[in-house]
Amino acid sequence: MFAIFLTSGLFLGWSLGANDAANVFGTAVGTRMISFRKAAIYCGIFVIFGAVISGAGAAQTLGELGAVNAIAGAFVVALAAAVTVYWLTVLGYPVSTTQAIVGAIIGWDLFAGALIDFGALEKIVLSWFISPILAALLSALLYKMIAYGIKYARIHMFSLDALIRSGLLLAGIAGAYSLGANNISNVVGIFVPISPFSDISILGWFKLNAAQQLFLLGGVSIAVGTFTYGKRVMMTVGQGITEMSPVAAFVAVLSNAIVLFLFASQGLQAFFLGHGLPAFPLVPVSSSQAIVGSVIGIGLIKGGRGIRWRMIGEISMAWMLTPIVAVLISFVSLFIVQNVFQQKTFIPVEYQITAGAELRIREAGIPTDKLAEIREKTYPTAAQFQKAVSQRMVLSAREINVVMAATKIDRIMVTIDAVKRANGSSLTSEQKRAFRAQWRKTFEHHWQLEKALAEASPEWRARPGDKEQNREVMRDLDYVYRLIRASE
Amino acid sequence: MGESILKKRAGIEKQVDEFMDRVSEAGLLCKNGMESYLKGNMEAFAQAMTSIRETEHKGDALRRSIEQDLFTKTLIPESRGDVMELLEDMDALLDRFTGLIWQFEIERPDICSEFHDDFKELLHYSVESVEADVRSCRAFFKDIHAVNDHIHKVSFWEKESDKVSTRLQRAIFGRQDLRLSHKMHLRFFAKQVDRIADEAEDVADRLNIYVIKRTL
Repeated sequence: MFAIFLTSGLFLGWSLGANDAANVFGTAVGTRMISFRKAAIYCGIFVIFGAVISGAGAAQTLGELGAVNAIAGAFVVALAAAVTVYWLTVLGYPVSTTQAIVGAIIGWDLFAGALIDFGALEKIVLSWFISPILAALLSALLYKMIAYGIKYARIHMFSLDALIRSGLLLAGIAGAYSLGANNISNVVGIFVPISPFSDISILGWFKLNAAQQLFLLGGVSIAVGTFTYGKRVMMTVGQGITEMSPVAAFVAVLSNAIVLFLFASQGLQAFFLGHGLPAFPLVPVSSSQAIVGSVIGIGLIKGGRGIRWRMIGEISMAWMLTPIVAVLISFVSLFIVQNVFQQKTFIPVEYQITAGAELRIREAGIPTDKLAEIREKTYPTAAQFQKAVSQRMVLSAREINVVMAATKIDRIMVTIDAVKRANGSSLTSEQKRAFRAQWRKTFEHHWQLEKALAEASPEWRARPGDKEQNREVMRDLDYVYRLIRASE
Repeated sequence: MGESILKKRAGIEKQVDEFMDRVSEAGLLCKNGMESYLKGNMEAFAQAMTSIRETEHKGDALRRSIEQDLFTKTLIPESRGDVMELLEDMDALLDRFTGLIWQFEIERPDICSEFHDDFKELLHYSVESVEADVRSCRAFFKDIHAVNDHIHKVSFWEKESDKVSTRLQRAIFGRQDLRLSHKMHLRFFAKQVDRIADEAEDVADRLNIYVIKRTL
């Protein structure tokens, strides 16, 4: 069964390789500075390295699909995203794989009656505008500066050719590495907890753990996708939007990387804030959309006459279609898999205003008097519960989030197995001690575990204003929660 | 990796420079050869002919090697076609100089002494126009924005060459004591020399387009 489930992840990896390799090598191949074959080889190798070496963050391995709570559901969601990206790849459009996955998850949310993450939707729509605009501005500026620099540096045509070629190759390699590291969790992350693999040692040199073996498989699927079907989208990016010179090709890749680094890097923001410096705001940017913006920016700075606006229109349409088509395919496929193949595509999550939940809502400053008549009543889905609440009182988006999180029923018990596994993890000894203290306790709601841990140790508490620490606490909480779930 | 790529480029840069040296050298050798011929110093003329033949062979070998490198190493993909054409054009100019000296050797034209200065002046302008081409080409590779400093001089020398050619042909056909066949033979040589400047101008025109394409 594992092998069947894994196929959809590998298909998603293949589609991702066929589409997203264009973000890193599209302009280089389109301008013929690097042959497709060479680009595909380098891209494949470094995607695999990125996936295996940097993709294995302990608590972040589940990726976006971690939101889907049944493995058959994750299989369908991954398949829906893969089919969407595959279709748009066949048509030659660069699209965001993450946005296809988010769309497919929304299809699952609709099917399972779970809450739709409107924040994620908003991010997608924003990224359609923000990514290309930021990248276009930056690439236009960089192009002017670099063209000016080349003019005054008087570099020989062949030396310039060598420099640009090396630059494109290095940028492509770095891009491929981060493509593997950032996307592998979306491709196979969801299958890590059910993986039958065990650690293997390769000639005694190094060990590959079960997750890394899966990531290797996923990395190979991305590499194969690039090799077998990557050229089409690369040509759209490198030639289809506007004719580009090698310098322009390099500027496009560079500005794409800079936009992602400045506006999407949490690490960079933490560094700035940690040193008392003003940080760039984190905004939703997508690499697929930023590279198109970069190319347009250069086309515009050169007068705009060479830009094929019709192609840009088609690409924009493809961006909008990505999440919509993924939602539809996901929803319909889930219906079929659930009803025809009798597979459990979601685990129902119930909602109830328990005494503890009511107290927590009140502590957040939200009056609960109007909810009295639905107190202790169990609702089978989030959608139904939310409807019942909104019929009784008007709440802001933040307040709804508080109420939903407080009332979500998530019965868990800390078993000895979970405690043992936590002991062998990278948690601090203080965190482990606090977790051990929860042994045999049962919790009605997820947040009750968080609260119990926070009361047991300050290392489990969020600190106001310390974003980095809070993110770490959230990650660790998610980790122990999954440990408990896995050991049940 | 980076070092070896740069070494390869240093190799091809040197070859392009050497090729341009050969074109330039062919012009000077042609000038020497014709002057020797006009002076009747056939020994010096034969030496010039041997030298120009060697220069032509070296030029051909360099051009082939550069073209092979351009293709096998897929260098400058955006300008490869233009650079190839440019090299072919410059090689054609080199061949013109060689061809001219060979025609002197084969046909041994009887050039009256009163036309000697005009023939020398005519060849001087043709050689200068090719020299301006060579400088423009070097700039095209090394400092594209400096091409314009040289390219307009090609037209100047070509016009000068046209003036001398017209004057020389008028003078040839103005001589009543020469046979028509003799006049036509001299006209043929005047035209051959003048054609070098014309072709140099055509090369400059094409180079101008390549520059526009690269700076867009």
